[in-house]
Amino acid sequence: MTQPGEFYQRKRTVHPTALTPDYKTSVARSPRYSMISLQNSVSEITGPRFGHNDIDTDDNDLLKNYAKADESPIGERIILHGRVLDENARPVPNTLVEIWQANAGGRYRHKKDTYLAPIDPNFGGCGRTLSDENGYFYFRTVKPGAYPWRNMVNNWRPAHIHVSVFGSGFVQRLITQCYFEGDPLIPICPIVQTIPDADAIDQLTAKLDLNATIPLDSIAYKFDIVLRGRRSTLFENRLEGN
Amino acid sequence: MSQDLAYLKESASQTAGPYVHIGLAPGAAGFDIYRQELGHDITGPNAKGDRIRIEGRVIDGMGAPIKDVLLEVWQANANGHYAHPEGGGEVEDGFRGWGRVISDFDTGEWSFETVKPGKTQGRNVGTQAPHLNFWIVARGINIGLNTRMYFEDEVEANDADPVLNLIEWKHRRTTLIAQRSEEGGMSVYRFDIQLQGENETVFFDV
Repeated sequence: MTQPGEFYQRKRTVHPTALTPDYKTSVARSPRYSMISLQNSVSEITGPRFGHNDIDTDDNDLLKNYAKADESPIGERIILHGRVLDENARPVPNTLVEIWQANAGGRYRHKKDTYLAPIDPNFGGCGRTLSDENGYFYFRTVKPGAYPWRNMVNNWRPAHIHVSVFGSGFVQRLITQCYFEGDPLIPICPIVQTIPDADAIDQLTAKLDLNATIPLDSIAYKFDIVLRGRRSTLFENRLEGN
Repeated sequence: MSQDLAYLKESASQTAGPYVHIGLAPGAAGFDIYRQELGHDITGPNAKGDRIRIEGRVIDGMGAPIKDVLLEVWQANANGHYAHPEGGGEVEDGFRGWGRVISDFDTGEWSFETVKPGKTQGRNVGTQAPHLNFWIVARGINIGLNTRMYFEDEVEANDADPVLNLIEWKHRRTTLIAQRSEEGGMSVYRFDIQLQGENETVFFDV
């Protein structure tokens, strides 16, 4: 019996471990036993699919999707664009990409955020889109501000946009954060530094992309997202369990 | 030196943070922005099978419920088919089998309604016992946690399940088995997820 190819095993060396004491909240929220390694079954290789009926076309335009008519949010107007790829460098098409972020002053529109920077009445702070057949996606938004958070007394998050991606199988599910090149807070952020691999941090740092700017309108940053790849060759299966 | 394999590396995970609701459940963050939020309706209107409720908490190493947790579930329909081209077979029109669930900000309790999934095909031969796949993110969780929930009233299927049987310590298997009760004629399954401690839930590197 042939099975669809499995996803490559997750290379844990590029990811944070569960327990990262400098990010204090992880201490009580990190499992301590080893995970059980599980080869893929149908439950892992499948995952939810989304279509254009699920979302609206303006959902990826954060300059507009919460703004009053003829108004727009305060801040540096940016385009965040890139491709969703897999480890085989193949595009991941038609996959849901969702983002959320603070406004230009570093304040989130969330009932639990009490930072003194003001809410922007024209900025919601979330967007979503489907990658196209080439894996390409884009958002328009404002560049988020840095903000302080309670960890050590004086920790500041670098400017960042949270990014959630699906892929085609539930084991590709990923939430990460996009940073911006040149930000001096990146190397001193305890959350960024949970990542043990310097190249992996660079891979989360969006680069200024002048070719994609809209002159006299918006500056652009390029942010590619890589999800786990999948075997394309048939292989002999070994009996699982028992 | 040798050739470069030229694979890309998976993007590193980062915590979903305390404000994950803004992006994935903005209504809970306190504002209305999208025509429809995704993941509220797991089964659609036409799903056959037993309607059930699943409830629980995610509990941290101090024994406190996590009040800002977000869970996603992925499950087969009552026939054991996932809504996916490789999912094992047809599903009812409108059945997605995916849900997004957040805890109450005050109590940490979460719950959702769905249909009880059927047995799914095994990796090679045989079947897997009915189960739901969970993915858990929150502030302080650096990379989403994968686990599975099985059903207390599927003793025979659970005993034969290839994944439960992978767990060397039999007492740890019980951390994946939800306890059944009945409320107003509906089966309710309780699934408390322990992140640490003696009864730490089994998590999978999938």
